[in-house]
Amino acid sequence: MKQLTRFAADYVGYVLRGGTKFYAWMGSLGVLIIGMMYVFYLQNTEGLIVTGMTSQIHDGLYFANLVFLVGVAAGAVTIVFPAYVYHHEGMHKVAVLGEMLAITAVIMVMMFVFAHMGRPDRLWHMIPPWGIYSFSSMLGWDVLVLNGYLILNLVCGFYYLWVKYTGGQVNKKWFMPLVYVAIVWALSIHTVTAFLISTMPARPMWFHSMMPIRFITTAFAAGPALIVLIFMVVRKNTKFWVDDSAIKLLATIVTWCLGIAIFLTMSEVVVELYARTEHANGLYYLMFGLHGLTSLVPWFWSAVVLMVGAFILFLIPRFRNDMKLLPIPCVMAFAGIWIEKGMGLIVPGFIPTPIGEVTEYYPSFVEVLLTLGIWAFGFFILTILLKGAIGILQGEIKYGAAK
Amino acid sequence: MTDQNTPAAAAAGEHPPACAVPPASADPAASAPKTTRRDFLKAGGTLSLSSLMGAGALMAQSDDARAAAEWAEHFQKNYRLMTDQEKDEARLRLEKRYSAEYGKPVTVDTTAPQPGVLMGYALNIRKCIGCRRCVHACVAENNQSRGKRPGEKIEWIQVLRMERGEFSKEKMNQGYPEGLGIQVGGNAYTPAGQVLEGQYHYNPEAVPEKDANYMPIACMQCEKPPCVKVCPVRTTYREGDGVVVIDYNWCIGCRMCMGACPYWARRFNVANPVLPKEEMNPVTHYLGNRPRMRGVVEKCHWCLQRSRHGRYPACVEVCPVGARKFGNLLDPNSEVSLVLARKNVFRLKAELNTFPKFFYFYD
Repeated sequence: MKQLTRFAADYVGYVLRGGTKFYAWMGSLGVLIIGMMYVFYLQNTEGLIVTGMTSQIHDGLYFANLVFLVGVAAGAVTIVFPAYVYHHEGMHKVAVLGEMLAITAVIMVMMFVFAHMGRPDRLWHMIPPWGIYSFSSMLGWDVLVLNGYLILNLVCGFYYLWVKYTGGQVNKKWFMPLVYVAIVWALSIHTVTAFLISTMPARPMWFHSMMPIRFITTAFAAGPALIVLIFMVVRKNTKFWVDDSAIKLLATIVTWCLGIAIFLTMSEVVVELYARTEHANGLYYLMFGLHGLTSLVPWFWSAVVLMVGAFILFLIPRFRNDMKLLPIPCVMAFAGIWIEKGMGLIVPGFIPTPIGEVTEYYPSFVEVLLTLGIWAFGFFILTILLKGAIGILQGEIKYGAAK
Repeated sequence: MTDQNTPAAAAAGEHPPACAVPPASADPAASAPKTTRRDFLKAGGTLSLSSLMGAGALMAQSDDARAAAEWAEHFQKNYRLMTDQEKDEARLRLEKRYSAEYGKPVTVDTTAPQPGVLMGYALNIRKCIGCRRCVHACVAENNQSRGKRPGEKIEWIQVLRMERGEFSKEKMNQGYPEGLGIQVGGNAYTPAGQVLEGQYHYNPEAVPEKDANYMPIACMQCEKPPCVKVCPVRTTYREGDGVVVIDYNWCIGCRMCMGACPYWARRFNVANPVLPKEEMNPVTHYLGNRPRMRGVVEKCHWCLQRSRHGRYPACVEVCPVGARKFGNLLDPNSEVSLVLARKNVFRLKAELNTFPKFFYFYD
């Protein structure tokens, strides 16, 4: 018990200390977070009328980010899997950082859930024994698997850090099974999120069985792309060295998951547009516009350019192997998938509506600020979690070392 | 038309219609403040951590009676899980709050489904002239939001205007892709008939228009409703008499049901509903037309406040051409049963297996 309080105190003490750069970074994130709190208040007193959402297009930027970030959370498995199943040494060293990213992403998802709800004050209605849990609802399952994933990553990640802190040995008897469960669980969170939208025949654009695999491939491209970028920042700003081998393996995973994702998108385009039934109207709207409304067309084509461009760059050895150039395709892949899977998937699902009405959606300032604020909050906790984890891995936080 | 055709006709024989004689408890003074307080304490004990945000919002407006009522409402259970006593308490609480808010005695009915009744609806698309009196009668009856800002104006019925379409000699050689030397179209690209892709924002000088026909659409009260399946808190459900209802106080505003509905029947309250005092209909049902709040979903419920007391829904009553028929599907002599037996009927998007109890027919 004494060890535990010491751990907490050492951890907090370590993560709160930092240089000017650290405080400037956290301070600017803090400004955005305060902005987010204000617009969240506004949204919950005025109502969602302050957003661009309507009864026609009732899921927007929040839901898009929610879906995307579930993918980022699941993407952390691209570190954990090679580390514990293939015993990849470079990955094993940084596995706990992947878990920290997963924790952050799930927390961000939950914040987007709060942003999305019309009545966040009633969210307890979903939680027994006070509320009702509905097994028939995909959203119910999504909340269940997401919380499970959060707990699994908190337990696995912090247990590992705790062991490193005290200088003991990992108890493999229960730690390894838990890691394997977490790996499968990562797939489940994104599969269920795909089911969330793909189980509605009312929305033909989403109603196909390709959705889960498409979600997973895009997640395993966007997730590791972000992780590569984070590792670059970590290498630059801390004494912790992430091995080249780990980054290269992640880059390979990004490349081929991106390739499959592009292939799946092309298949969808061919299947939908060859027959060109009314059910393809959503995709047609996204690609070319419908009845003169074209607000998403530039988004779609920029996503195509970013994703295909990133894929080609990843295939060029000069980009793949040069750690200075590698961030370029990573940023492109991340941004491309954010568009394709966020705004490019959620919004056209509502266009046209089931009775054929074509309307458009523009995120309002409130939505943009709230979204930025949640991302800022995500980076805020990610910085803290990574800093603490790296401090422990480096041996800078150690039991008994403080005195 | 006689009363016999409406559902609950037998039951209504004994009970007078709700609108004629409001329930005795309508008087706000007669409602019991004691129970509200006890509820308050009980709820506070068991659910104190459940919602700090809501609590904060309520503390801000210490409009005592209203705040206390809203506070207690905040902790009430899902309507289906309430005991009869809890339902009564919830009803009294609402009646008191609404009466104060709208400055007139408001009744909140909690009449349950009648045994032996399965409500059904049939609409003669041949007769509909597209006048939209049903739309306006529905809004007046069901206390929808009437604001000016986009999204604040809510209508549950859409009358879709559909082009009759025309075929002509000039179009014989038209067709996409033009200029490639392969003709794949022609008159095939002329829309005609019911395609469920219509315009409901039409504004002609007179109806019916020569080149159009009309198809009203609203909640289909499906027997296998996709909206009910996706609700994570089971706040929307099918009542015993077949109507799909929403407990507005339990809805979390996740809008999954809106995504799942193939008929676009559901509306979201993006803001605090705009409902002027003088236009508010004080005869309400708990699961029906009682005033809603910001952030919840609503939809047509076949005027439960009327239909459970042997009256027609407002849209049926107002229709000038008698295109709308309503009644008990279990009663072979009801109008709707006779329509099903004698006319050609179809359901919208039948391939989705939602089994609507809203039928279209034509003479």
